[in-house]
Amino acid sequence: MARLEVDSLTKSYGGVRALSETSFEVHAGEVFGFVGSNGSGKTTTMRILLGVLEPDSGEVRWEGSPLDREVRRRIGYMPEERGLYPRMKVGDQLAYLARLYGLDTAAARDAVEQWTARLGLSERVGDEVQKLSLGNQQRVQLAAALMHAPDILVLDEPFSGLDPVAVELMSQVLREEAARGVPVLFSSHQLDLVERLCDRVGIIKNGRMVASGTLDQLRRTEHPQWIIDGPSSAGWLNGVDGVQVLETDGARTTVEVRRAGAEQQVLQAAMAAGPVREFAPARPSLTDLYRDVVSTDDGQEGEQ
Amino acid sequence: MARSSTWSMVWLVALREMRTRVLSKVFVLTSGLFVVAIVAGGAFLAFFGPDSQEASRLGVTPEAVALEPALASVAAASGTELEIEHVEPGAVEQQVRDGDLDAALSGSLPDLEVTVESDLDAALQTVIVAVVQQEALAGEIADLGGDPAAVAQQVADAEPRIISLDDAEERDPAQVAAGFVAGILIFIALMGGGQRVAQGVVEEKSSRVVELLLATMRPWQLMAGKVLGNVVVGLLEIGVIVVAALATAWGFDLLDASSLDLGAVAGWMLVWFLVGFVMYALLLASLAALVSRQEDVGSVISPVIGIMMVPYIVGVSIAPWNPESTLVEVLSYVPFCSPFIMPIRIALGTAGTMDVLIALALSLILVPALVWISGRIYSNAILRTGARVSLKQALGRS
Repeated sequence: MARLEVDSLTKSYGGVRALSETSFEVHAGEVFGFVGSNGSGKTTTMRILLGVLEPDSGEVRWEGSPLDREVRRRIGYMPEERGLYPRMKVGDQLAYLARLYGLDTAAARDAVEQWTARLGLSERVGDEVQKLSLGNQQRVQLAAALMHAPDILVLDEPFSGLDPVAVELMSQVLREEAARGVPVLFSSHQLDLVERLCDRVGIIKNGRMVASGTLDQLRRTEHPQWIIDGPSSAGWLNGVDGVQVLETDGARTTVEVRRAGAEQQVLQAAMAAGPVREFAPARPSLTDLYRDVVSTDDGQEGEQ
Repeated sequence: MARSSTWSMVWLVALREMRTRVLSKVFVLTSGLFVVAIVAGGAFLAFFGPDSQEASRLGVTPEAVALEPALASVAAASGTELEIEHVEPGAVEQQVRDGDLDAALSGSLPDLEVTVESDLDAALQTVIVAVVQQEALAGEIADLGGDPAAVAQQVADAEPRIISLDDAEERDPAQVAAGFVAGILIFIALMGGGQRVAQGVVEEKSSRVVELLLATMRPWQLMAGKVLGNVVVGLLEIGVIVVAALATAWGFDLLDASSLDLGAVAGWMLVWFLVGFVMYALLLASLAALVSRQEDVGSVISPVIGIMMVPYIVGVSIAPWNPESTLVEVLSYVPFCSPFIMPIRIALGTAGTMDVLIALALSLILVPALVWISGRIYSNAILRTGARVSLKQALGRS
């Protein structure tokens, strides 16, 4: 299956290392969410993907061979900051970009019509970009990335500054593109959105990909964790071996089970101590996972 | 589908530049103003200028027709333009009053009458008086048994030799004016075009659209397209002005007695504009790529603007009045200065084809190096937003 492989990218600006050995892959038809704090290397990675920056080492491959100019021209790209001519009309601007991507005049005109209609911009085709609201400029930007029916989509912060309706529209479009068989890579700080939309997620920190995979893979810890909503005092667990209490919040207790099958004893002990209202495997949200990963001490994962 | 040939990208960029510039209000307005100013200036010169008077129209009645050859030859000798028309004696007064004729001669010698509306034009008076005197003299000579024609020939040949103490030859005012105008035009076109290129580069950088563009093409293609597009716009701008000037000059007959070859001057001016534009645009585009905000464009390109001022000031303040000055001649060969000064020297008629070709070659030799350096600076700097990129950073490895 076609996939986009990012292989050990390293890039420094002057003395500052922006990326070190960053690797991950995005499969065709998959939405990949790229999260990380500001300055962690997301934009640098995307720029290298687009060939706008040269990596110091490492490479990006598509269907097994390194990205060349022709493949890169088949990428739909949405740069982090709005990248449009402020004083050019929406329609002219989109047509120009479509021409740069190799569409002929007629095809460019059709694509402008199609995408402005799809993204609710038909009324604004004749307006200068600078007269549009930020949200609408973002839609124009998305249209610019999609005009040439790209083989790969790379979107840097596509959701920032959008109202809920536009977020919904953007999500739909991304899912449709993925359904068309396109690998979709986007970065975002809106973790709930990433969690909802993405098939797989990569967390980058200080230029290193510290975790990547499906959400379930990311949630998978060395020892399973369980949540018990039941007896409030912690003492009821004292008799169970191979179990560690991670957190107690009133009636809710989170435990880590280090011996296979010990969770059954946990449940029995809990029921013996009082009524149990809930007993379930812990499913940390992406926000929790992200917080854990990002707050981890630098010294530890720097050496892994 | 993927028509990405190198030059089609350059052409697409150039087309956009042309369209946005030429359709802009500023361009239409300034070009319109220039045309109006040129035509109005030409009209002013034509109607009020001292040496561009129209021919005097002199009517002669059948009685006075015999004087026509003498009038024509005297007028030609004294440089007065004269049109002679035949009128019936009865129509003289009416035609003079209507302004169809400046003056009319009637009667025959010695009782010649000149009819004018109010005053007799000084030049016309000189001609008529000379003819009358010549005819009277001829009569006397004939009476004395001499040959009037031989005497007239002697008189015509008797001309003093003029010794000019000032060595410099007298400049044709039309050439001085053309030199002056050529200097100003080239300056306006290069300065305006160069700044447009610089601002365009920063517009793309500050709006980050350059990132999108560079995902589809190489930096040098973008830069080449920008320069090419603006060259065409500049040519159009200067072309509009030159055409308006040529049309005005011909339409108002301003250049009759001039040794100025306006066509050649205009042609060379376009050549020098092209050379100067390419060189300055490359330089300004690469410098502009160093900054990320429109406000900083001025400071980063000011050294180049300063360099442009020197040949311009020398060109328009010294060259037209003293074209043989050493400074002017030397600077007219120096690359970056020659585009401003050579056209002035060409207009003044002090530069031979060889001089022009040598200066052109000296500039063209530099172009490949300039393309290389500016391409490198531009490529390395255009994506580094934020603080101003130093030249050293831009020239180093990216």
